[in-house]
Amino acid sequence: MFRFILGRLLQGLLVLLALYTITFFLAKAMPGEPFTTEKNVSETTKQYLRKLYGLEKPLWQQYIIYPSKIISAGDFGVSTSKGRPVKDIISQSFPVSLVLGLGALTFAIGIGVPIGIISAVRRNSWVDWSLMAVAMVGICVPAFTVGPLLQILVAANVPGLKVAGWGSPLDFLLPAFTLGLVSAAYLARLTRGGLLEILSQDFIRTAHSKGLSPTRVILKHALRGGLLPSVAYLGPAFAAMISGSFIVETIFQVPGMGQHFVNAAIARDEFLLMGVALFFGFLIILMNLASDILTGLLDPRVRIGKEAS
Amino acid sequence: MPLLDVQNLKTYFHTRAGTTRAVDDISFSLEKGEIVGVVGESGSGKSVTCHSILGLLPQPPARVEGGSVTFDGDELIGLDPLLLRAVRGRRISMIFQDPMSCLNPYLRILDQVAEPILVHEDVSREEAESRALEMLKKVGIRDAEKRANSFPHVFSGGMRQRAMIAMALVTKPDVLFADEPTTALDVTVQARILQILRDLRDELGVAVLFITHDLGVVAEVADRVVVMYRGKVVEQGTVRELFKNPSHPYVKGLLACRPSFETKYHILPTVEDFLETKTASDGSVTLRERSDAAQRLEKLESDGDLEGASDSSALLLEVKDLKVHFRSVGGFGGKPREVVKAVDGVSLNIHKGRTLGLVGESGCGKTTTGRAILQLICPTSGNVTYAGVSLSGLAAEEIRPFRKRMQIIFQDPYASLNPRMTIEQALLEPMNFHNIGSGREDRRARVVSLLEEVGLSSSHLRRYPHEFSGGQRQRLCVARALTVEPEFIVCDECVSAMDVSVQAQVLNLLRELQDRRGLTYLFISHDLSVVKFVSDEVAVMQAGRIVEQNDAEQLYRNPVNDYTRQLLDAVPQSDF
Amino acid sequence: MSAKNAQAGSSLWRDAWLRMGRNKAAMASLAVFTLMVFLCFVMAWFCKDPNAVTLTNKFAPPSGDHWMGTDALGRDLFSRILYGGQISILVGLVATAVSVCIGVSYGALSGFAGGRIDATMMRVVDTLLSIPFLVVVIVLQAVLSDWSSDTSSWIVTHWKWDKTFTDRLTNIVPLFFALGLFGWLTLARIVRAQVMSLKEREFVEAARALGYNRFRILVRHIIPNTLGPTVVYATLTVPGFIMYEATLSYLGLGVEAPNSSWGILIKEGANFMETHPGLLLIPGIFFSLTLFSLNFLGDGLRDALDVKASKD
Repeated sequence: MFRFILGRLLQGLLVLLALYTITFFLAKAMPGEPFTTEKNVSETTKQYLRKLYGLEKPLWQQYIIYPSKIISAGDFGVSTSKGRPVKDIISQSFPVSLVLGLGALTFAIGIGVPIGIISAVRRNSWVDWSLMAVAMVGICVPAFTVGPLLQILVAANVPGLKVAGWGSPLDFLLPAFTLGLVSAAYLARLTRGGLLEILSQDFIRTAHSKGLSPTRVILKHALRGGLLPSVAYLGPAFAAMISGSFIVETIFQVPGMGQHFVNAAIARDEFLLMGVALFFGFLIILMNLASDILTGLLDPRVRIGKEAS
Repeated sequence: MPLLDVQNLKTYFHTRAGTTRAVDDISFSLEKGEIVGVVGESGSGKSVTCHSILGLLPQPPARVEGGSVTFDGDELIGLDPLLLRAVRGRRISMIFQDPMSCLNPYLRILDQVAEPILVHEDVSREEAESRALEMLKKVGIRDAEKRANSFPHVFSGGMRQRAMIAMALVTKPDVLFADEPTTALDVTVQARILQILRDLRDELGVAVLFITHDLGVVAEVADRVVVMYRGKVVEQGTVRELFKNPSHPYVKGLLACRPSFETKYHILPTVEDFLETKTASDGSVTLRERSDAAQRLEKLESDGDLEGASDSSALLLEVKDLKVHFRSVGGFGGKPREVVKAVDGVSLNIHKGRTLGLVGESGCGKTTTGRAILQLICPTSGNVTYAGVSLSGLAAEEIRPFRKRMQIIFQDPYASLNPRMTIEQALLEPMNFHNIGSGREDRRARVVSLLEEVGLSSSHLRRYPHEFSGGQRQRLCVARALTVEPEFIVCDECVSAMDVSVQAQVLNLLRELQDRRGLTYLFISHDLSVVKFVSDEVAVMQAGRIVEQNDAEQLYRNPVNDYTRQLLDAVPQSDF
Repeated sequence: MSAKNAQAGSSLWRDAWLRMGRNKAAMASLAVFTLMVFLCFVMAWFCKDPNAVTLTNKFAPPSGDHWMGTDALGRDLFSRILYGGQISILVGLVATAVSVCIGVSYGALSGFAGGRIDATMMRVVDTLLSIPFLVVVIVLQAVLSDWSSDTSSWIVTHWKWDKTFTDRLTNIVPLFFALGLFGWLTLARIVRAQVMSLKEREFVEAARALGYNRFRILVRHIIPNTLGPTVVYATLTVPGFIMYEATLSYLGLGVEAPNSSWGILIKEGANFMETHPGLLLIPGIFFSLTLFSLNFLGDGLRDALDVKASKD
């Protein structure tokens, strides 16, 4: 088990390196200067700033300097668009994104999985059809429609819920719900599909032949295998939730990390962009690992030591 | 009063394609402590019967249309589901054919075996688990304490079946339904499982309804026999009566078409020699005995006397010290690499026009040997010489011309044909690729004649594989192999997945083709009776090596090697 | 004796089609999607100019002249929706087509080759999957925007196409490109898994035993049997791409004004949500309806194709 995790972390490191390389070259390939989006800056000031941020060194030097600074001092450089160290920006916005993401995840699992189970158990009944139709709505209505709708319909009418902002404890409810809705819908479908797949297998008939109650058959025998596709989906989905929350953050004015990502690209802010990109990449790798470990816990046949390459 | 009494049971399946009468008005009974064998081929309704009694059928397509099943005085059909659940697993248990797919792969063995106790009795977890362990030891799982905590995929096939038996008997039920429990097992393992069942019946007094398609197994294990065909019971009686003096033509045909060790036929009789079947549009079936059955049998017997291929013919295939070793995936972050010696030094010779049978249990390497000879798997070392030319070490293009002379027929007819190609396309492709025949018209004509040679008709040309039955598909595979005009064919368990009556037809086809075309066969199988019928010489394989090789008659009469003797002893016999 | 009395069999595709025909939801979805395509590509020609600004007629309610009213700049909403639909649907279809071509080839080759080649190819896929897609799109947009205006002028000069149309086209191409570049990844995984399991099937071994070369086996025998899941996945990918285009347009990274796409319409509509909800809701309904129908269609296809495929 330990060797498995170690192996995957090392692989992750390689992927991170590849990610860094690609992001580095993409960032460099972007036309435009980091300082052009700000107010008119004179040429000398630009030269000075470039030197300050180490941008006039040859490319290969910059390539090596950046990660070495991260490893030695935890220094991710300074954001050219915000004028603050990237590390500070990340450490302030990541907790917000994390709370948002966890809230979304809770909504997604709490709504999606039970819906999927009920649908599967009552297959082809009107309950099944209507629940799956509702799930479909979650997939087909984009966040930037749901968000505003919630703002108008709910926040305006329910006291205690702000339309936007991030200060009081209840503020995460609406944005988390909006963010988690798509995942909830996918989870509902995946859970239903996975459960149905398991329910058609022979060992379910064996369970019935032992005289077990239908509830016990579902909960004890079917669920473990039935949840496997959902578990595989959850890891990357959680990472995507945290890294792709730009729209929700904008609509609800949440100071999370997603907006830094997009704004950095638009402002040609290389350091912020790479810092955030690497951070997200690391998160994805971690979440994939978590998914795999959880899968191994549920399915003994996949257990560690057997690398299916 | 019988313990279990089935009267006029009817179960129909209602689908869009029509109504199938899976079980059509059957009656039989089971007394306390007796073993009743239910014999039938696929589609006979034997499994559906058990599922109907226990209420395990999927209700939308299936429905119990009528009849009654009395268990210890109580009526089971239409019983309240809650009460039926109290019967299942507690008083009537069931074990199934494929223990790998029938055990929950996500739960530990001990968990699953103890569960019936926990559900039906009011005992603590510790007590349930200790009783489960007792039962696991009783069915012969050594080190039960340690092994009970593993998951099913770690166990071998035989051990899984034992675990299933333990799981079914742990509540000491009155009746056990055993649905083909040994069909997926090796013959030696099967013998042991049958012994366990007999012992447990003696000890616990449980009555067993034993479902199988294998008449030999039924003869070994059952007290009485019920024979089913197309949803009806065609005959029932004690084992002795049925085997010595069958009255129904289907039973006569079934008994006659098995290739036993003493068979005197060159071409096997088939069920069609005894029985005529008519299916009406509403799904009902009428059976009639063939009046000329006796004459047909006589003719087959006399044909048998005439056979005898010449002994002296050229050496076609020579295999010297063939080895195939596999490396298991390992390395970084995983287990260290292991070497699996699937084939470990096999040598054999086959002469033109003869059949060599290669027999052994699962995992002995016989299938790997067949493929290595054909160079479908790269041998690790050793030499394969075909018609004087060494095949070892040849490149793909150099082997290609030999592919026309050596062919193979596989075990699973359902997976052996490309589901997206019509029969015509599948049969034309090899000829187009190898440029056989003198043009499109000629090739079409060849395809038609091949179809007729294997017993199918040209009306099947535009159809797709999924529209045919298993036996028909196997014939199509034979036809495809014949398109390239081979001299040598490897038959890799090609009748193992079939009912006995269909098996007889395919074996007859192989025989006829050999007589007509002078083909040479390497016949691989785990079924000793079939191998003896088909082969001139037989080689016995164990753990990658050949342990004995001899002329077929000699080997079966006077086996020299211990393992051979073990194999032969384990074959269920049915001579009365 | 001849082949003339051969009855035509029923291929798996035909069986699946028949089965789908009985699935009312799927057939309804097919009808809805066809209607949508008809509206956006055929009806649109007969509609008003979507870019015609009439500042005197802002926010008009539905009338005989403007079937769905006008927007903030007095442009006819109905025609804007239809023209916007052209872009959205085209993006979805073309990006899916690109993804399918790349994904099937890559996945089939990787799965068929096996061993180290397969492992390497899949590592590449894993790495690409962990790259934040947004960055690439932004960069590509920036890099290609110069390219697109240059190409546009070149086409107008040399091939004499209409300038507005060409501008719109070259404006969209980078988007298709970027989406297609990343959309094939999951499909490649699916096809690879399929190919790896098909490789072990007996009919493939039989093909090898008959001496066919590897190319023929891959193309004639293996790939046709992967088409089932591929078709299902492709049908479900189209709405995914449409959604992605909408998201990008919402961020200002996709289609540029004055072109309209459904994403842009929804964004514009969101600005006036409280006063004129129709501007958000009507494009929203068109958008969601299209996605709905495609998703249900994909589900129906999966149900129709799966049963037979697992029967083998």
